Amino acid sequence: MKPWSTGWRLALRFGLAVVIAVMFLFPIYWLAAISLKSPEEIFAYPPVWLPEKPNFSSYITLFRDGDAWAVWNSLVTAGISTVLAMIFGTLAAYAIVRYRTGGDHLAIWIISQRMIPPICVAFPIFLLYVLLGLIDTYTGLIALYTAFNLPYVIWMMRGYIQDIPVDLEQSAMVDGLSRLAVIRKVVLPMVKGGFFATAVFTFIFAWNDFLFALILTRSEVVTYPVQVTGYFGSQSTFWSKIGAMSMLGVLPMMIVVGTMQRFIVRGMSMGAVKG
Amino acid sequence: MHAKSSALADNATVLRYALVAPAVFIILMIGLYPFVKLAATSVQDITMFGADRSFQGFKHYARLMEDDRLWEAIWHTTVFTAIALPIELILGYLLALLFLHPLPFRRTLIAIILLPTVISPIVAGATWRLMLDQRFGPINQMIGWIVGGEVEILWTINPTFVWPAVLAAEVWQWTPFMFLILLAALSNVDTEQLEAAEIDGAGPWTVFRKILLPAILPVVVIAVLIRGLDLVRVFDVIWTMTQGGPGTRTETISIYAYQMAFREFEVSYSSAIAFFVIVLLTVIVIAALRRVELAR
Repeated sequence: MKPWSTGWRLALRFGLAVVIAVMFLFPIYWLAAISLKSPEEIFAYPPVWLPEKPNFSSYITLFRDGDAWAVWNSLVTAGISTVLAMIFGTLAAYAIVRYRTGGDHLAIWIISQRMIPPICVAFPIFLLYVLLGLIDTYTGLIALYTAFNLPYVIWMMRGYIQDIPVDLEQSAMVDGLSRLAVIRKVVLPMVKGGFFATAVFTFIFAWNDFLFALILTRSEVVTYPVQVTGYFGSQSTFWSKIGAMSMLGVLPMMIVVGTMQRFIVRGMSMGAVKG
Repeated sequence: MHAKSSALADNATVLRYALVAPAVFIILMIGLYPFVKLAATSVQDITMFGADRSFQGFKHYARLMEDDRLWEAIWHTTVFTAIALPIELILGYLLALLFLHPLPFRRTLIAIILLPTVISPIVAGATWRLMLDQRFGPINQMIGWIVGGEVEILWTINPTFVWPAVLAAEVWQWTPFMFLILLAALSNVDTEQLEAAEIDGAGPWTVFRKILLPAILPVVVIAVLIRGLDLVRVFDVIWTMTQGGPGTRTETISIYAYQMAFREFEVSYSSAIAFFVIVLLTVIVIAALRRVELAR
């Protein structure tokens, strides 16, 4: 008997769950509402909870003025750095698992790289980038995100590769496949789900980064989080732009939680919880 | 660790290192250079007004000890972590209990609750700043409904309310993280054992202490460690909501280090701060891991 799943107890739990979900969703609803309000509705007192009719002018303004370029910058830097981190990270993870390169020390050193507060290394990296002329370039931001995400990718892919039996690879090699072919044709298909999930998380980390984008960009490669903070002026705050730009940053994340739920636990717990 | 048999035997010794080389090279580029640079600049004398690259001894480290603003920032960070972490953990646990058993639309509701955790902390901060606006935000409006009358609390400006405001955004964004991880951990607890305990007439507290807690503890430790480290270096959400203000009221270690390095260009001193923080954190984490190992 499961008393928690029947009758009035179930109704009570369901009611409570819905109320809580609404509470968590409300701030994002409010953001979406602001992005769709007319200027009068944004500055109405008392605040308007539901825009009369959706007003897309804040989005149109973003695209017309070129501010939406920041979203493109985020897409390019997060996208390319994800591809690079996944390639180099998966190869390294494979070597660490199957060749035991560097033993446990290498793996632990790599994951410890992720523990360092970004602000502590921000200034030396800034100086390095000034020296190399990488400030405000795609190359600079992509290189940084790749480096920053590699430890995560190696750590996660190491876990996924450890989960697959080694026999399959051995028999593939007996059949005459080279090592690299084994990685491509045997290992990758078997870790497909984990590989994809890791890629999505890598993308999210770069997509949501603020600090490095703030210090390493000026005008050309500004990403959307930097753009959002720019709308909080000392004189005036551009509410509709904050709403619309933020929503452009949130929408891809909605797709992620909608489709990737199965992998989120393992991805967020650094592989500690297999969910 | 896995048994030796998971290693494949072939003579491709080149591949063994070639596969790791690019990754290690890239990590070293941003993982090693900054340390060398930090160590070097922290014993030189570089400020906005000039750069003296000769060895200056450890005067910047001595200054750390007397810098009240730094210790205030460390205090803020510590208290913020000590308050936010248990709240997120307890709320996350209660939420996980609520969703542990079958529920209509369970997956959809979980997806909705998870959304705050995957969005940018910048967006979370911006959203709460708009929500908490004294006049055009819904929070003051709702408080007004409860107390019956107009409420115009200056959430991000008034020193009394600014920490609760930041805390609200932080707890909103990261409670779902705890919830999800604890839900996964609780789902893996042996139900037969629980039922047996109930038949034996064990109370809920006994069940929690004897069965649930030992089963989920390893996961709780990891979740606390991940979140604890995130909280100690909190920057984005505070930067968007208050920039550390009013005055230095919400200045955390990261905010202070940023201000010193990028606003006041106290390059050498900020290097000393960064080095100090890295050493401090490393010591704390190693001590924490030791304790966890010992407890096992």
